[in-house]
Amino acid sequence: MKSIAELEKIQRESLTKVNIRRIKQGKNTIGSEESFNTEDGVRSHVLVCAGTGCTSSKSLEILKKLEKEIEKYNLKDEIKIVKTGCFGFCEAGPIIVVYPEGTFYSHIKVEDVEKITEEHLLNGNIVKDLLFKGSIKEDEIVPINEVDFYKKQKRMALRNCGLINPEDVKEYIALDGYKALAKALSEMTPEEVIEEVKNSGLRGRGGGGFPTGLKWGFTANAVDDEKYVACNADEGDPGAFMDRSILEGDPHSLIEAMAIAGYAVGAELGYVYVRAEYPIAVERLQIAIDQAREIELLGKNIFGTDFNFDMEIRLGAGAFVCGEETALINSIEGKRGMPRPRPPFPANKGIFNKPTLLNNVETYANVPEIILKGAEWFANIGTERSKGTKVFALGGKINNTGLLEVPMGTTLRDVIYEVGGGIPKNKDFKAVQTGGPSGGCIPSDYLDTAIDYDNLIELGSMMGSGGMIVMDEDNCMVDIARFFLDFTVEESCGKCTPCREGTKRMLELLDKITSGEGEMEDIDKLESLANTIKSSSLCGLGQTAPNPVLSTLKYFRHEYEAHVKEKTCPAGNCQDLLTYFITDGCKGCTLCAKACPVNAISGKTKTQHIINTEICIKCGACMEKCPFDAIIKK
Amino acid sequence: MISLIIDGKQVQVEEGKTVLEAAKSIGIDIPTLCHDPRLKPHGSCRICVVEIEGAKSGLTTSCTAPVSEGMNVSTESEKVVNARRDILDLMLANHPLDCMTCQQAGKCTLQDLCYKYDVKESSFKGDKKKFEIDDSNNFYYSDQEKCILCGKCVYVCSELQCTNAINFSERGFDTHIAAPFEEKLETSTCVSCGNCVSVCPVGALVPKSKEKFRYWETKPVRTTCSYCGVGCQMDLLVKYDKVVEVQPAMGPSNEGLLCVKGKFAFNFVNHPDRLKTPLLKKDGEFVEITWDEAYNVIAEKMNSTKENFGPDSIAGLTSARCTNEENYLMQKLMRAVIGTNNADHCARL
Amino acid sequence: MTNSIAEVKCADTIFVTGSNTTENHPVIGAQVKQAIKNGTKLIVADPREIELAKYADVFLQITPGTNIALFNGMMNVIVNENLQDEEFIKERTEDFEDFKKVVMEYTPERCGEICGVDPEDIRKAARIYAKANKASILYAMGITQHSTGTEHVMSVSNLAILCGNVGKEGTGVNPLRGQNNVQGACDMGALATVFPGYQKVNNPDVIEKFEKAWQAKLSSSPGLTASEMIQEAYDGNVKLMYIMGENPMVSDPDTNHTRKALENLDFLLVQDIFLTETAEFADLVLPAASFAEKEGTFTNTERRIQIVRKVVQPRGNSKPDWVIIMEIMNRLGYDKTYNNPCEIMEEIASVTPQYAGIDYGRIEEKGIQWPCPTKDHQGTKFLHEGKFARGKGLFKAIEYTPAAELADENYPLILTTGRILYQYHTRTMTNKTEGINKIAPESYIEISPALAEKLSIVDGEKIKVASRRGEIETKAKVTDIVTDNVVFMPFHWAEGAANVLTNGAALDKKSKTPELKVCAVKVEKIS
Repeated sequence: MKSIAELEKIQRESLTKVNIRRIKQGKNTIGSEESFNTEDGVRSHVLVCAGTGCTSSKSLEILKKLEKEIEKYNLKDEIKIVKTGCFGFCEAGPIIVVYPEGTFYSHIKVEDVEKITEEHLLNGNIVKDLLFKGSIKEDEIVPINEVDFYKKQKRMALRNCGLINPEDVKEYIALDGYKALAKALSEMTPEEVIEEVKNSGLRGRGGGGFPTGLKWGFTANAVDDEKYVACNADEGDPGAFMDRSILEGDPHSLIEAMAIAGYAVGAELGYVYVRAEYPIAVERLQIAIDQAREIELLGKNIFGTDFNFDMEIRLGAGAFVCGEETALINSIEGKRGMPRPRPPFPANKGIFNKPTLLNNVETYANVPEIILKGAEWFANIGTERSKGTKVFALGGKINNTGLLEVPMGTTLRDVIYEVGGGIPKNKDFKAVQTGGPSGGCIPSDYLDTAIDYDNLIELGSMMGSGGMIVMDEDNCMVDIARFFLDFTVEESCGKCTPCREGTKRMLELLDKITSGEGEMEDIDKLESLANTIKSSSLCGLGQTAPNPVLSTLKYFRHEYEAHVKEKTCPAGNCQDLLTYFITDGCKGCTLCAKACPVNAISGKTKTQHIINTEICIKCGACMEKCPFDAIIKK
Repeated sequence: MISLIIDGKQVQVEEGKTVLEAAKSIGIDIPTLCHDPRLKPHGSCRICVVEIEGAKSGLTTSCTAPVSEGMNVSTESEKVVNARRDILDLMLANHPLDCMTCQQAGKCTLQDLCYKYDVKESSFKGDKKKFEIDDSNNFYYSDQEKCILCGKCVYVCSELQCTNAINFSERGFDTHIAAPFEEKLETSTCVSCGNCVSVCPVGALVPKSKEKFRYWETKPVRTTCSYCGVGCQMDLLVKYDKVVEVQPAMGPSNEGLLCVKGKFAFNFVNHPDRLKTPLLKKDGEFVEITWDEAYNVIAEKMNSTKENFGPDSIAGLTSARCTNEENYLMQKLMRAVIGTNNADHCARL
Repeated sequence: MTNSIAEVKCADTIFVTGSNTTENHPVIGAQVKQAIKNGTKLIVADPREIELAKYADVFLQITPGTNIALFNGMMNVIVNENLQDEEFIKERTEDFEDFKKVVMEYTPERCGEICGVDPEDIRKAARIYAKANKASILYAMGITQHSTGTEHVMSVSNLAILCGNVGKEGTGVNPLRGQNNVQGACDMGALATVFPGYQKVNNPDVIEKFEKAWQAKLSSSPGLTASEMIQEAYDGNVKLMYIMGENPMVSDPDTNHTRKALENLDFLLVQDIFLTETAEFADLVLPAASFAEKEGTFTNTERRIQIVRKVVQPRGNSKPDWVIIMEIMNRLGYDKTYNNPCEIMEEIASVTPQYAGIDYGRIEEKGIQWPCPTKDHQGTKFLHEGKFARGKGLFKAIEYTPAAELADENYPLILTTGRILYQYHTRTMTNKTEGINKIAPESYIEISPALAEKLSIVDGEKIKVASRRGEIETKAKVTDIVTDNVVFMPFHWAEGAANVLTNGAALDKKSKTPELKVCAVKVEKIS
């Protein structure tokens, strides 16, 4: 693309095509007269989520079926079907949203498509029984953006996810796409771009929360004949998928941001390191790169300036440690993904020993907004030291599993109870684990903590990439620590001694404790070893691996002690410490005895049954089958 | 120059030096396992951690930390010593305790450090790795059960020898050193230079010795390799008048490297086939004679040949294998004593 | 070497030709690879696709014996594209114009034809070499062991001075010497035409100097070189030979000829550490001490004089070579005695200008690189800084001459010989190590897969190889390291010996080096 006028022309043409989706959302950033024009004759847009979650629940078949139905009823000119990225509300998937009304259909099956087509699209009647439950408020049907899950969110990084077709660059351009790049190249010097990012207060969204602008400055100041910008899309935290969602739902925002970064630091090539387990993300990013090249938003002399920039994708093989920046760099270079000592930092010696700027996807996704709307606008959102929003992947014992984006400073309680919809079956909240497998567990006393980088660190946890796992009264905190450690042991790269050997020994100690073999000195040993690993490991993975243990020891030490002293698991979770009993609620239906795989249950029909604890393997099959809740474990 | 304080002592070093180097320059010995001054610092073993005042997170490895102005470093603080003990404890937990019969005993850094920090046995009683000894290479054993994964072998092979025969395989607790596709060393690209063996701090890579010896019984003598023209410097380890092992030295031309011949092909020195006495051929058979007899025969033959056929009928082939002094004497013998310039050697072969 | 070994790592281009560095100078080979890892460019010209070829920016698989054509072709490109170092040529060389005339005849197309390589690759190599800031040429026997060996060496030096690639750190002409002390032996005057320090025997001033120093009457007529000694013995003119630490029965070309020569001697005295194939022919064998049993110095390929220390006692009644020679001298009536090699070095220093500053105390730690003219001189890291030893660097116009024996109808293949990593020279030392013999137990010949198929030979099969001089049986090693019309044999083994086949008659006119790198052979299946 040789000029900004060209970009504006494409925007004007495309805007009318997507406006129908924007009206209800009240999004009107463009402000020109075209803002509310829609395409002639088009009545509805039907958005079908094609993110990884919904796709695995057959959303692509739904999409195909929908296309067939539209064809059948000859609605092609009136109804447009749009394949989008992730809506974030995975609990409700597969999701279909119909605009202009913003009708939110959830848990859609292929069989439901005919009904939606006939009743809604053909006759204009919303299919109430397929609606998302929460979209009926006081007997009124509210559009998707007024559903509780979305209402309290502020979607900046995810701004286009679930709204545009990620495989059509024009839809991205329609919503101000590449305007920030145009602005940076035409109105700003590289120094000004960096200054803007610095002033915004943006911090790295992937781990430690390092000030992004500073990092850009370091890379810009490094002197070398060649530099690189790189994107960490190796999202390794189990349960976290915000980076994937951005790549799947809005890949151009990353391309635009990396081009801006390239301009700012003086790099002409960007690497995106993305795990091969994200095939949809990889495919859409590649399509986006190809499209950007085609309209010359990547390539030589972008917008007619002397700035050149191109991008390449590097696939990762799924090692957690490759999310660590130096291991990622090794992997990009074709070496084994193992961390390097720092210094030298990537800003001075990164990929192929050249100065390299490395940010993750979510961090980059914020950049075009900052450039376009200004640092001040961005800095107004969030807390004193944590600006903007943060995307969280909410999971565990929570009603609204999914991806959400809230301003920094939102309380844990608001996220869990307002956006997340609280805990299923009204169980008691016990703790929330933030920051992925190497984060810490935060107990209920701190539910009103405002989420920001520093507060989480204070509590012995961290922001990490934004994983958030909720635990209820049934979760044993020792077992939770064991669970996370099991992951880090598996994912340790094996390079440094404390992490490789130490996490393994911690896991063995936790195994010992949860199986009832623990001694009191094991708890002390665990704690002291955890501190050594934290203080002496090579990379962030090792240094944070003990966090789940240290934080649970801090807040739930009594649970550890119960396992050791009383040989019980207070949460009733650790199988080795439990015994199954049949209470007098038993009606003698014999279902339990039939379910038992080892014939440990005996009793006559219509009389109370008995479990032989010698034979019982504590699999819990009987408990599941009992229709009278007459089987308990303690 | 950068000024810093290490263990209360003021020290000045050039910018860019590491804390480890700075400490060494004033005689403070920080223990290391994975460090080798020829290699890029990899920071794997973590045994060289030190406490730097005001450092944000925990302890710092002195081998990777560049010095900075005003730094205040403690190399043996309680926190440091505890971390080192824990690290040694962890290594020991995954290492056979067969020091009694281990070939490396006496030269094992793990042994020395456990002694220094009073780590008698591991406090962890969990899994230990299990590997078969790879004895397929003709010159050394690889015992992965003894490996502490300092990585020196891998980096010497890839950064200095540039053969890339071995690397880390698998990860986490299962990490071990292997040839690609877990092939035996024999079938790998290994050229048996033995440079990995020479740097292994424990008994994971040891030469296939013909002799049983303990390192404390040997004496190293620095000398120059007698194979090719590179002139590698090496230490011959001697026990009771026998060469039992060769260790590379930091010579200017070899920088601590050797090849398969220099490192392993020293058996000829002790070989029973060595000539031990002058032999005179009588009726087609060699018979042993004394030096005196030999010299008599030589004098007689040389004098009579010179007399009968002139000095140029005698020729001396001296040797590129012998010392300068010997070559000098040989040509001097031919020129000054016999009177001919027929002195030459196989420079061209 | 004009440069030091460690300087390999500061060259930005390395041109390896006629040297299988990673096998024959493994530690230098490793340093070359370290340099490549750090971005140094590499050009390799060799008849075989040796390990370094894998790392090369340009690999020229030339027909054995055609190096001069290759160098001329490269220089043709350099001159045509004006890539030469004009200033260096003007300031520090002479005879450029005559040289240029000859080189202009050698177009890359013509040379590509001669060498069997793509002319484009010659251009590529020329440009890389000429555009380098610091280019280093490493070569070995692949350059010298030709009937035109001296011309080969001059041609290499033409290339270097044409681009001003001499006299700077990291850049120069670097022959890699094959044996531990071949450099030292040459320095010590173990050459038929020169006294220690390359002082010519036919120079009266030199004669006078040495007569005074040695207190003896000296001959001013040049002596016989090693190959000539064998020939003269064969012809009956040399009657007595004293061979110390050499094994010509395996190392010399045309073994049958060598055997007849040794058998023809009146008296053969051999001094060695083992009863070698040559010692078997001796009338008297003297047992010598090995390097581990004596003191002395070796001078390595970078001219560094380093100490050899006594580690163990001489085996049995064996004695260090210097003791034996001294005792023979004494027995012959020359009374000079030395208490130790240190005293011999004092004498060496007194008559050898390059070694004048050397004494054992000074070389204790790191050795010193000659020239070291005085006791306070630090030695010389690289040669020809500022000016050449002879003053101006001389361009020599050199025409390509084919090898003395070319492939023909009867002997359709070219045999080239060399060494391998796991054996050393005639194996007297290496064959005492079990592991070595397991890896490299016996003689073999490398033949290409296509040739093997044509002759119905499979890998590992015993086959017959014959030249005009003799025939041997050896094992076929089928490998694509060689081209279809070239075969390669390591010469280490006395059994199935390559040197039964090689051409001992074709000597370089000046250096008398035999053409071990090229002869014509035929390969036959043993049915």
